[in-house]
Amino acid sequence: MALPELKTRHAFFTGKGGVGKTSLSCATGLAMAEAGACVLIVSTDPASNLDEVLGTTLSQTPTAIPGVPGLFALNIDPEAAARDYRERMVGPYRGVLPTAAIQSMEEQFSGACTVEIAAFDEFSKLLGDPAATQEFDHVIFDTAPTGHTLRLLTLPTAWDEFIASSTGGASCLGPLAGLQKQKALYAATVERLADPDETSVILVSRPDASALREAERTRGELADLGVRNIQLTINGLFAAASPGDAIADAMTRRAADALNRMPATLTGLPGSTIPFLPRGTVGIEALRVMAQPETAITPDIAERTSIRLPPGLHQIVEEIAASGRGVIMTMGKGGVGKTTLAAAIAIALAKRGLPVLLSTTDPAAHVSAAVAEGVAGLRVTRIDPALEVRQYTDEVLKKAGDTLDAAGRAMLEEDLRSPCTEEIAVFRAFARTVDEGRDGFVVLDTAPTGHTILLLDAAEAYHREVMRTQGDMPESVRQLLPRLRDPEYTRTLIVTLAEATPVHEAERLQDDLIRAGVKPYAWVINQSLLASGTHDPLLSERGVYEVPYIRRVVDELAERCALIPWLAEAPTGTQGLSNLIQ
Amino acid sequence: MKKLEVYDPAMCCSTGVCGVDIDPQLARFAADLKWVEEKGIKVTRHNLGMEPQAFASNPAVIKEMEAGMERLPVIVLDGRIVSTGLYPSREQLAQKLGIAAEPTETPATKDAPCCSPKSGCC
Repeated sequence: MALPELKTRHAFFTGKGGVGKTSLSCATGLAMAEAGACVLIVSTDPASNLDEVLGTTLSQTPTAIPGVPGLFALNIDPEAAARDYRERMVGPYRGVLPTAAIQSMEEQFSGACTVEIAAFDEFSKLLGDPAATQEFDHVIFDTAPTGHTLRLLTLPTAWDEFIASSTGGASCLGPLAGLQKQKALYAATVERLADPDETSVILVSRPDASALREAERTRGELADLGVRNIQLTINGLFAAASPGDAIADAMTRRAADALNRMPATLTGLPGSTIPFLPRGTVGIEALRVMAQPETAITPDIAERTSIRLPPGLHQIVEEIAASGRGVIMTMGKGGVGKTTLAAAIAIALAKRGLPVLLSTTDPAAHVSAAVAEGVAGLRVTRIDPALEVRQYTDEVLKKAGDTLDAAGRAMLEEDLRSPCTEEIAVFRAFARTVDEGRDGFVVLDTAPTGHTILLLDAAEAYHREVMRTQGDMPESVRQLLPRLRDPEYTRTLIVTLAEATPVHEAERLQDDLIRAGVKPYAWVINQSLLASGTHDPLLSERGVYEVPYIRRVVDELAERCALIPWLAEAPTGTQGLSNLIQ
Repeated sequence: MKKLEVYDPAMCCSTGVCGVDIDPQLARFAADLKWVEEKGIKVTRHNLGMEPQAFASNPAVIKEMEAGMERLPVIVLDGRIVSTGLYPSREQLAQKLGIAAEPTETPATKDAPCCSPKSGCC
């Protein structure tokens, strides 16, 4: 069987966005349920697509999947978990404390930190408390995109150390008054994660260099957390049945190269491989094919569908260049090529002699890896959370520390170790970067959807707060939201692939953006096999599968749209990236 | 033994490091309370966001909040409200407590709470 083999009760699927964690965890759970086990699949992703993959509307409690006895699934919805948490904390005091006091408590529990922690709290209940899931033989976590997942996984250690080291009563546990009481639960969570008899972690990767690099980084971080029971699954491996097609040959070669260059630490892991499946992996039938790929039916000749494809990116880049300055953000689900596209646009602008700053807020991104060599006029930076926290901490200590004695300083330092600090520090860095769009171009490849929304949400919260405070707020923070909403200042490109889940998530993202008052400038459909000119039967079949998704974007979602074909030359280095803009 | 109670507005932490901007007053006050404690005075601090029960069980504090949320922080010495709406300086604290003040600190001002509501922090 191509699917990973799970001997433990708990399993985690982790990897870069878009590698197929959800489909793979569902296919694995489905196969186990059909072999007679009782299985629960859990998503902790704020932008979960578990419902879509399983074809069932899920909730925060286990829901039986119709037609598959023994298979259950649930979504941990961080927003809902935060609402529940807030109500649990505030509810008992309605009618007891004045209305204004209740409002001020509610506001306190409305930010990004509460959402993050409430979700983790739910996750801990499932993993740390055996009674919560005792009716299931296996619990499979389809974890969120890597950066977020790692934060979830690292939190127990972070909190554990934090709780243990808290001296005085001043610890900044924020809205987590109840946290200390949960210490035993969190300790059990950490222990269970690291126990090889209890938990397996499956690193999921596409056979491409950046996904494998991400897998290796995750492996290292998991090893640091004490997690040893790790497997590797390569998802979507393509090998042309017969040579001669430029696209099929390039895809075959690129996958083989990436796998050949895989670090020894990854090749040493127990592994499994799922072949390229042209018909996607959404729905129970498709998941069954994933378990037994040999049952997939390949038509002799894929029929050509006539569709007018959108133009390339050239015109959009021309217009952006003509505007002289501003912020360009590429947004979308992980794995759709936001970073690559941001780098390509940045290079195209710089080549026109314009000053460009290329920056990323994505903790899992490798912008500088995408731009191999220097281009005149182009600067590349990354918002590094660890570095931002250090700088913010220094700034706070410098500003407030002077008036403090040693004991006061120690207390302040302790509070600065709070997980909230990172959120604030990263936010300020984001605002600072957007500010640079006043004098030139800033191209940002924003983080995966959920995190991005949190960021914008925080922007909204900040915005309201900033309007009220008189403090010496950095001007960049004060200006952030108006700038993000100004179509002359900020242009948002929604990037997607012509597939079910990326398009649906991009659609949700557009709705969220519009709700936040940010109107997307254009959509970009990336890596289209339909437009690639391939005649390989398997790849042509995938091309035909793209048609309804391209139509949906062009006809219903996008005001304007560009399409980039899958290119035989890898989009790395200045030349490779320049090929994307045609 | 004297007992000093502080009823803070809803905020993330008592040193104020996670607001949109840093408030040195809060860090300074937290340090002053530690100093007061070393003088043998029992100090208890309640945050509306974390310990609403403490507020609910003190009718005098509820009354202050009804008059306006800007009355927080309320500072109570041995059951009697001695200050509202600001974080007193170390000298002022010392005076209220009848102890000798030591190093001079910056004067008290009323300032925004740390994790100001909707700061995106909590």
